[in-house]
Amino acid sequence: MAVPSPKSPEPSERSRKYDRQLRLWGDQGQQDLETAHVCLINATALGTEILKSLVLPGIGAFTIIDTEIITEDDVGSNFFLTADRIGEKRGSVASQLLCELNPDTRGHFVDESLLKLLDLNPIMFNKFTVVVTASLHEKEIIELSHKLWEFNIPLLVCQSFGFFGSMRLQLAEHTMIKTHPDNQNPDLRLDCPFQALKDHFDSYDLEALDLTNHLHVPYLVILYKHLEKWRKNIDDNNALPETYKDKQIIRQNIKNSIRKHDNGTLHHEENFEEAIRSVNFAYNRTLLPTDIQGIFKDEKLLNLTSYSRPFWIMVKALKDFVENEGCGRLPLRGTLPDMTADTFKYISLQQLYHEQAIKDVEIVYNRVQQLLQNLNLPDDTISEHDVKVFCKHASELCVIRGTRIADEYEHKGNTDNEICQSLEDPDSLIEHYVILRGIERFYSEYYTYPGEIDEQVEPDIPKLKSCISKLLNEWGCMSSTKEDCIHEYCRYGNSELHSVSSFIGGCVSHEIIKLITQQYKPVNNSFVYNAINCSTECFTL
Amino acid sequence: MSESDTRRWNHLKKILERSSPFCHPDFEPGTGILDFLQNSCKLLVVGAGGLGCELLKDLAMMGFGNVHVIDMDTIDLSNLNRQFLFRKKDVNSSKAEVAAKFINERVPTCHVTPHHCKIQDKNEDFYRQFHFVVCGLDSVVARRWINGMLVSLLSYDENQQLDNSTIIPLIDGGTEGFKGNIRVILPGITPCIDCTLDLFPPQVTYPLCTIASTPRLPEHCIEYIKLIQWPKDNPFDSNIDTDDPAHISWIYEKSLERADEFGINGINYRLVQGVIKNIIPAVASTNAVIAAACVTEAFKVATSCCPLLNNYAVFNDADGIYTYTYEAERKSDCITCSPTTAKYLDIDDTNVRLEKIIEMLSEHPQYQMRNPALTIELEEKRKTLYMPNVPSIELKTRPNLKMTLEQLGIADGCKLLVADITNPRAFEIILRIKNNYVNME
Repeated sequence: MAVPSPKSPEPSERSRKYDRQLRLWGDQGQQDLETAHVCLINATALGTEILKSLVLPGIGAFTIIDTEIITEDDVGSNFFLTADRIGEKRGSVASQLLCELNPDTRGHFVDESLLKLLDLNPIMFNKFTVVVTASLHEKEIIELSHKLWEFNIPLLVCQSFGFFGSMRLQLAEHTMIKTHPDNQNPDLRLDCPFQALKDHFDSYDLEALDLTNHLHVPYLVILYKHLEKWRKNIDDNNALPETYKDKQIIRQNIKNSIRKHDNGTLHHEENFEEAIRSVNFAYNRTLLPTDIQGIFKDEKLLNLTSYSRPFWIMVKALKDFVENEGCGRLPLRGTLPDMTADTFKYISLQQLYHEQAIKDVEIVYNRVQQLLQNLNLPDDTISEHDVKVFCKHASELCVIRGTRIADEYEHKGNTDNEICQSLEDPDSLIEHYVILRGIERFYSEYYTYPGEIDEQVEPDIPKLKSCISKLLNEWGCMSSTKEDCIHEYCRYGNSELHSVSSFIGGCVSHEIIKLITQQYKPVNNSFVYNAINCSTECFTL
Repeated sequence: MSESDTRRWNHLKKILERSSPFCHPDFEPGTGILDFLQNSCKLLVVGAGGLGCELLKDLAMMGFGNVHVIDMDTIDLSNLNRQFLFRKKDVNSSKAEVAAKFINERVPTCHVTPHHCKIQDKNEDFYRQFHFVVCGLDSVVARRWINGMLVSLLSYDENQQLDNSTIIPLIDGGTEGFKGNIRVILPGITPCIDCTLDLFPPQVTYPLCTIASTPRLPEHCIEYIKLIQWPKDNPFDSNIDTDDPAHISWIYEKSLERADEFGINGINYRLVQGVIKNIIPAVASTNAVIAAACVTEAFKVATSCCPLLNNYAVFNDADGIYTYTYEAERKSDCITCSPTTAKYLDIDDTNVRLEKIIEMLSEHPQYQMRNPALTIELEEKRKTLYMPNVPSIELKTRPNLKMTLEQLGIADGCKLLVADITNPRAFEIILRIKNNYVNME
């Protein structure tokens, strides 16, 4: 048999190599990743583990800032340093071994202290998409936090200490279009069918159908017909079944309309069973989601300027659509869940949703064009495709505004309060965040970590305790941390366990990917890992 | 241990040689533990893929000195986005061998022994030599088989008391996209894989009649080409080779034609490949997280430094970062780890055909067999009812599939001996037949 000539699009090598992740964040996400440049400060085990899971998926470039020399200790915890390179520059070797993972990524190394760079060449940080740090000291954290806040570059401050670790994210503003919610309700509009959909529903006469056709009516049609019937009965043309009782009545009505065999037993009508199962969610009123209402009130919309980001221009156009053509509703998503039906009935229904969605996109796109004109921005600032993607995901838009890490150290803002409140909860992992902060303070005072030397474990316990008490006092907290817990941290003596760093490293690198691709929601804004019982917790500080 | 080796482990030594209030009661700090990790402890990693590469790195860096790894696969280009011990030049080489070589060169304190073969190629003596096993697999069947193997190595005394020295703990990790799970299994004591079969997501299947006559989704069209058009046209005189781009291209084109015919949108090459190869999305970060959590548990098993995960944890970082741990429960009638409890299959009557019994064994939530071979004991003689794996016997026993239990002489209370790829051992199922009457025909 002759082999047919392949006219199909053979995937490129790049798309074959990245196939398994392209299925999660798509070609756009991959492109964002490939143009990103991440800066790591300190190539500790945690630092290189973070970069490892960024280099593998193909991040464009990374820069390591590090002044340390490789020691035997480093080699025992860091997979990207080797014994034969002891005595060499840590950042240089780590950069080289990380680059071996993926020829698509460029690695750079800067052999200069962070504080000096912030002082002499702060502008170099402007080229980074994200900055991530490991084992940073208090003073460095504060200065870096100020500078990156000013530059509007996300910062992640990470720690790995014995069986514990933490991550704190600082970002001024982060906007997302594709958040990939796990269980999203379909956008069906049974409560407010657009004209073409209403006409389509009305064209069905279920009772007149023969059995084969009756078995293949999409459940949406069944639900609509029964809604109409129920509304007529209660004499209310706008009502929706909201109570359990209302829904039960409709379920029973649907069940009663299943065709029967001659002997009175029910036919097996899958579509009617699907209809009964869908009563709970399919009759939801189409409302503007609360989160979106919040975004519509954002002050960024009050004064759009030619410096406004495309996201905010599109949000403004969306808001105008909702308040005008949309009658309070978002543009139609335009996708239909799968349901039992024959091909023709399903496809014609799907087509209606699709066409209406295109119409809505057109209106929003025209509004976007108008806004661009008013702002003296070129037409192609935002493409029709951008608007299409934006409208399709309109119900899942998300805006996160973070806090400045430095404020937490300088007692501005509301963080102290948050920490104090969380400390009241005995099961909360916030205690470990506080102890890790105490350890930073300990280093600022003694230039060493608690328990670094065997003989110092016991004497360091009261010293660390007093550092933590001082912190708690400054925050105005009444609570204290457990003595046992402080002892445990002194035992660790700044030891970094590879598997603990690898866990946190994996988590942090995915958070960075979320920030770069602007897909999936990042942690807002702090995270603690407890490897003793395999648990994690997130806080908003 | 040389002095530089000792200094290399300064991080671990603080954990292993110092005491603290958080330690496990059995933990006795001292230099002996690191020595045990480096020189005596022997463990097996099953799978050298996304999780396997991470597991090997983490184990070597946590002080383990003697690790074996088993994997039958060779390296594919699409592995390189996460299986970081492999390079482009390694494509088509053995995963186990390349991974072992890399770790042995990078971490001289760890020796990894590769086994490039199927897990079923190794016998009980092979598995018995390990202190514990860490699993990083993407296949439920392989996981169940390893689990069954470790359970089969348990020995019980005359009072049915478990001999604790025969327990080989199993640490199991799994990932899918941004989700993952970790579990610690002490065979014979805590729930085994087969106790919790319901934790695995059900496989997506489409009804044949939908695929054949009323397709709605692009997936329906692709399945049609795979199941119906391919066997009919047999375009390459062979079965579908999911790694042959010419095969995938052919399916892509035919699926597109069929979708056009029905007005269905959404066929693209990536989707076709995904459906045909049953591709599960995977990223480096999730593998790193799950493998790290497994190795932390392995470290606890080997050192007793902290209590073990009891016994199941899930992870998801699609929306923020989420973990949840809980204690799964043993099933008192688990087919694998409750050897003394009788297992039953309930059947309506003896008019049921043998093929229906096989279907029931596959669909039974607690059995979930894949391709079982059936033997029965009749009048103290063993009789093979059906054997799918040996072609000559399959041919000979195939007519039995269409016969009813009654025709085969099987009655209520008969003991069915079932062998399946999900378990290295066959086990007995007693048939409970409700209406055990004689056929009226």
